[in-house]
Amino acid sequence: MLKSGGAVILMPINLNKKVLEKATYLTGDADTAAMLPTVPAKQPFAEDIIEFLNDVSREIMKNRAAKIYSDVVTFGFWIRKASILKLKERYDTETKDIRMGRGVAFHIAPSNVPVNFAYSLVAGLVTGNANVVRVPSKDFPQVKILADAINKVLEERPEMKPYVLLVRYGRDQTVNDALSSAADTRIVWGGDQTIAELRKSPLPPRSGEVTFADRYSLAVIDSDSYLALENKEKTADDFYNDTFFTDQNACTSPRIIVWTGSRREEAKQLFWDTLHQLVEKKYTFQPIQGVNKLTSSYLIAAVKPGCKIEKRSDNLIVRVRVPEVSDQLMELKDNSGYFFEYDCDDILELRPLCDNKRCQTIGYIGDSDVLKPLIYSGVKGIDRIVPVGKTMDFDLIWDGYDLPALLTRTVSIS
Amino acid sequence: MTYEEIVSISPYSLSKAEKEKLLTERLVELTKLHQENCAEYANILESLDFDVDKVQSYKDLPFLPVRMFKELELKSIPKEEVIKTMTSSGTTGQAVSKIYLDKNTSSNQQKTMVKIVSEFTGSGRMPMIIIDCPSVIKNRAMFSARGAGILGFSIFGSKKIYALDDDMKLNIEELKAFLEKYQGQRIFLFGFTFMIWQHFYKELVRLKEEGIVFDLSQGVLIHGGGWKKLVSEAVSEEDFHQRLKDVCGLESIHDYYGMVEQTGCIYMECECSHLHASIFSDVIIRNPKDFSECGIGETGIIQVVSTIPESYPGHSLLTEDEGVLLGEDDCPCGRMGKYFKINGRLKNAEIRGCSDTYADKFK
Repeated sequence: MLKSGGAVILMPINLNKKVLEKATYLTGDADTAAMLPTVPAKQPFAEDIIEFLNDVSREIMKNRAAKIYSDVVTFGFWIRKASILKLKERYDTETKDIRMGRGVAFHIAPSNVPVNFAYSLVAGLVTGNANVVRVPSKDFPQVKILADAINKVLEERPEMKPYVLLVRYGRDQTVNDALSSAADTRIVWGGDQTIAELRKSPLPPRSGEVTFADRYSLAVIDSDSYLALENKEKTADDFYNDTFFTDQNACTSPRIIVWTGSRREEAKQLFWDTLHQLVEKKYTFQPIQGVNKLTSSYLIAAVKPGCKIEKRSDNLIVRVRVPEVSDQLMELKDNSGYFFEYDCDDILELRPLCDNKRCQTIGYIGDSDVLKPLIYSGVKGIDRIVPVGKTMDFDLIWDGYDLPALLTRTVSIS
Repeated sequence: MTYEEIVSISPYSLSKAEKEKLLTERLVELTKLHQENCAEYANILESLDFDVDKVQSYKDLPFLPVRMFKELELKSIPKEEVIKTMTSSGTTGQAVSKIYLDKNTSSNQQKTMVKIVSEFTGSGRMPMIIIDCPSVIKNRAMFSARGAGILGFSIFGSKKIYALDDDMKLNIEELKAFLEKYQGQRIFLFGFTFMIWQHFYKELVRLKEEGIVFDLSQGVLIHGGGWKKLVSEAVSEEDFHQRLKDVCGLESIHDYYGMVEQTGCIYMECECSHLHASIFSDVIIRNPKDFSECGIGETGIIQVVSTIPESYPGHSLLTEDEGVLLGEDDCPCGRMGKYFKINGRLKNAEIRGCSDTYADKFK
């Protein structure tokens, strides 16, 4: 329909191949990418998708080279048929309405996490979308292992090719523009700066966007519960995975440990000693990290009177006891084994820290119910409350977003 | 102990034990001075439960990472007494160190530098050739460690010329006239290592092929700024010395290590190609893993202490440079004190994380 004074904008059927050829394709090619707008959407958790993922899982699991990468193995396990069916259960509803994928999902994966792209891809796939995913520009071996497995299965299931495009390109706005113009949903990982960069590329009017901005997380440990745990090494291992495994620099990594309960000092001693033994064995320490953490600890000590820098035997773990949790505390955070600690008598004392949209995950040891008053108090942050050791576990509800809801549309039928 | 007393001591005259006693006394005094006059510094000591009265050796004093001076404005004097704020070099977009000087500290820096450098050049001013372009000083936007270095060393020059024009071309005629005029006298040359190589040495080689030869056998060259760029051109220190000698007869060549955060206390390279600590300052090589003191031959992070800073709490600092202690009190050149070498900057951390890093934009 042509309205006077307006212009009719026709959605391009095919995308500009010249631009798309600037990217390298780990799966598919520029021709397939150019046809993205024409690919039919699927129903969420369609059988062929579940089978496809199960095949990829099998490829990963039988690859010996994959075994040394725990993140790859975890992913391979997560996309097994049984595991995906469990996810599906959560979304089975008795209604006449029909749910369909929105169409094309364009994903920008973070550049510093090797397998995050694959989780994003799966979220797009199980919700019935055709996916084009920008993988990290850095040559992680994990990316190659996963791409190889996917390619192998795509050869057996060529009909899936238009749904799984893995691309790699630098910060090239023309490619962002082209792929954004085809996107029904754009999923941007990589934090504030990447989001700002992608926002320069317009999305069509009906399209939506999911953005994973810079976030911070914390852990709340009840000292009595911790001391009652039988296997302290297991807890240290869990906490290590939450923190050191990603240089304590993931959005989910606790930056401050809040201690509650009646035996805090005793618990701290044991907790940090056990962790220290593990870090000494497993963590690859880089000299500049020691300098960075010393700098960070002195900076906060200089500007916030009342801080105590805990005595330490080496630079693997640096802890600063803070006299209060203010809303600016996280501007002074650091990574690679740098922790603020706070002795907490009333959980509502954490309000300034959590009343910030950047506050994401609370990892806990103890009873998660004690955290509820904090949420009900109306803070703007806190999107996840998970046990220590589970902060990195990916779920279709992430960062406060219900991805299946955002990646599908509902055809209401009455 | 006043700085007057310290600065009257000959720079390389004290043995290890004598020097440790002197440094401990002076640096403990400075620690107390800054604790009383710089609130941020006092807070840091408080956060460590640090008791300065229990200090046995200057090695036990806390060291501030140099980056602190980029993040905070640390000073131990009232604003009105600041006569000069020195800033470190930094690429656009990066924070620079801000070092606040009063009359006293500034003058002590100069006195110290004269004492140290004179040990290598002899006393008295000399005709000086600055191997750089004049705009480095004139242009405030460009003013950097290069500019500060040139200004600092200019006190040794009587008559000065710049060897390069603002297009980094050699001023051949001027240079010729200058050398003719001061023929037979000792000439002081100063510049930054890479600039010397790129714009001076290479041009001299080209001119030599044309039959134009400069005689700098009476010269003494002091250069600084690091070897990073020359390493990428596969030029070693030996090459640098040998080839400068070959092209213009220059034999007295001294590298130095120093930083804007501890101006005055520079570490000069001796005839045996070792960097030396004077009695006014010291280096302590720290193990990155736990900051314990490294022994001779062990690579670590360089801590520097200086007896000068009274106007800002910069008497004990942790650099981001890596180096090795080569020995103490026994360099064949005859100077007492530690001698060491610098390996270069610590590598940036490669860390994982969800937020993309955009640091490459600033490179």
